[in-house]
Amino acid sequence: MATAQENVISVRNLRVGFGDRDVLKDLNLDLKRGEILGFVGASGSGKSVLARTILGLLPKRAGTIEVFGRDVDKMSEEERQAVERRWGVLFQGGALFSSLTVRQNIQFPLRENLHLSQRLMDEIALAKLEMVGLEADVGERLPSELSGGMVKRAALARSLALDPEIVFLDEPTSGLDPISAGDFDDLIKALQQTLGLTVFMVTHDLDSLHTVCDRVAALSGGKVIAVGPIDSLLESKDPWLLAYFHGKRAHSRFGKKK
Amino acid sequence: MGVEPVYLQSELQGKKLVLSAQGDWVSAHANEIEPQVENILNQRQQAERVEIDASAVKRIDTIGAWLIERLKRNWEKGGTKAAITGLDPRYKVLLDEVAASNREPPKTRKRETPIADTLAYIGQSAAESWVDLKALVQFLGHVMVAAGRVLMRPWTFRFTSVVNQLDRVGFRAVPIIVLIMFLIGAILAQQGIFHFRRFGAETYVVDMVGILVLREVGVLIVSIMIAGRSGSAYTAELGSMKMREEIDALRVMGFDPVEVLILPRLVALIIAMPLLTFIGSMAGLFGGGLVTWLYGGMPPEVFIERLRDAISRSTFEVGMIKAPFMAFVIGLIACVEGLRVAGSAESLGEHTTASVVKAIFLVIVLDGLFAIFFAGIDM
Repeated sequence: MATAQENVISVRNLRVGFGDRDVLKDLNLDLKRGEILGFVGASGSGKSVLARTILGLLPKRAGTIEVFGRDVDKMSEEERQAVERRWGVLFQGGALFSSLTVRQNIQFPLRENLHLSQRLMDEIALAKLEMVGLEADVGERLPSELSGGMVKRAALARSLALDPEIVFLDEPTSGLDPISAGDFDDLIKALQQTLGLTVFMVTHDLDSLHTVCDRVAALSGGKVIAVGPIDSLLESKDPWLLAYFHGKRAHSRFGKKK
Repeated sequence: MGVEPVYLQSELQGKKLVLSAQGDWVSAHANEIEPQVENILNQRQQAERVEIDASAVKRIDTIGAWLIERLKRNWEKGGTKAAITGLDPRYKVLLDEVAASNREPPKTRKRETPIADTLAYIGQSAAESWVDLKALVQFLGHVMVAAGRVLMRPWTFRFTSVVNQLDRVGFRAVPIIVLIMFLIGAILAQQGIFHFRRFGAETYVVDMVGILVLREVGVLIVSIMIAGRSGSAYTAELGSMKMREEIDALRVMGFDPVEVLILPRLVALIIAMPLLTFIGSMAGLFGGGLVTWLYGGMPPEVFIERLRDAISRSTFEVGMIKAPFMAFVIGLIACVEGLRVAGSAESLGEHTTASVVKAIFLVIVLDGLFAIFFAGIDM
């Protein structure tokens, strides 16, 4: 499936900073159609900053970002909205609207963007809920009544509401127990195959990187220092990558493979 | 364009009903596809077998897949066999996924009649006001216990926090309080002069402004301003701390949130309010004096002379005595509401509104009670 080499997102020479500090310097990255790209980096190295910049939530200082082959700077307001409808975002904390029920949360993008009957929206919301592995009656609950794992799933269901082509996941498995995290990985893989998703996943979860990611990009010092299948990164001699993948916590996982 | 494209057609072939789907079955066209699907379903055609031919479908997404599934289920429900044929194999997984969902009808909430709803709402509000009162009394007790504990161990009192709060609710409130009270004093004087002039009683404007500002309006306006400005801030702060489990964090670390967060805020407000009332009253008198001079033509010396005759020390004291009580009520309501915020942003807004409305209401009620009390003791 991941044979198509079309770039859905390509970032060139991106520079983003706050105050007098540049967080990202001359960053280049491509996201290919149909792949799951894992994005790793130390805490505070700017992983979320990159995702937020691509999403247009943070201003960039230099460089270009192309989404579906079009430069975001040259898009009109309508084109930009059309692009935004083609991607879904799972924020780290879920970012479910706290005053709406889960069902209404999932229906929100449907209601705003399409003209559907209430019945169809209800049915679709239920189908999405079940796709992400939640019970139908969760739909009537408020986000504050959900557990952490359920919030992640509900937020994923919302990000998938419009059948997006790209999904941004910001640390989807953080805060989940290993079983839930494993389930979540399977879910993402399954959804990628069923819906033909392209996934950009910021994560620290070494298991996720190994089991679901087609390629992994590593961010260090404001640049992507390596990108490729996980095995190629494991063999890299870069000191940061060595520390990341062969540190104390990683050894139990990957050490045996050597 | 203009003519809606056809997405679904039905044809009876002997005992077999063939439904041929075509085009893009995607969300963007869902509002056109759904009526066509419903239209076919409403014809209630009977057949032994149903075949849904999807070979001409170009693209499909979850919504499209669901609509096909809805077609299929409709006949399956009546015991007729339905099959989907010709669909691009890459969509098979999606269709299977959709087919597995929505098997159980969702539990719909019971809807009451509007009258029952209204009655239920009234009943609930009545019950809630009892809960409100209990919460307030409980909280008052909690604050008293915490205050008692701090009095026993004065070194645990959070002095820095009080100073910080004093800066926020006291010092920074000065400009707006001065401005508002200046205007109120000026308006009172102008109105007084305008209407008293008819009776030739302009000079009594000084009595009216002096007594009103010092005794009633000063403390009332300042209280209302502080309820809106600082009370709401207290509620919002404590509410968002509650939402982010910061208050729970304090508790598990062995601190009493009332002692750490609420006592300093209450103390700051109780200190700040008399000061603000004093400053506000002076601004009000100044505004009144300025207008009686410029608009009423009474020189400042005469104004001050008359003021000295019109007001006694007790006029001033009545206003000032009320201030800390007002502060206590505002602070108490604000903190109670803040701690009652539950998970959602909506709840935060609700409680902030409730905090301001209740505080202003109680301030006015309290002012009325004070009026009765002071009349009773001849002050």
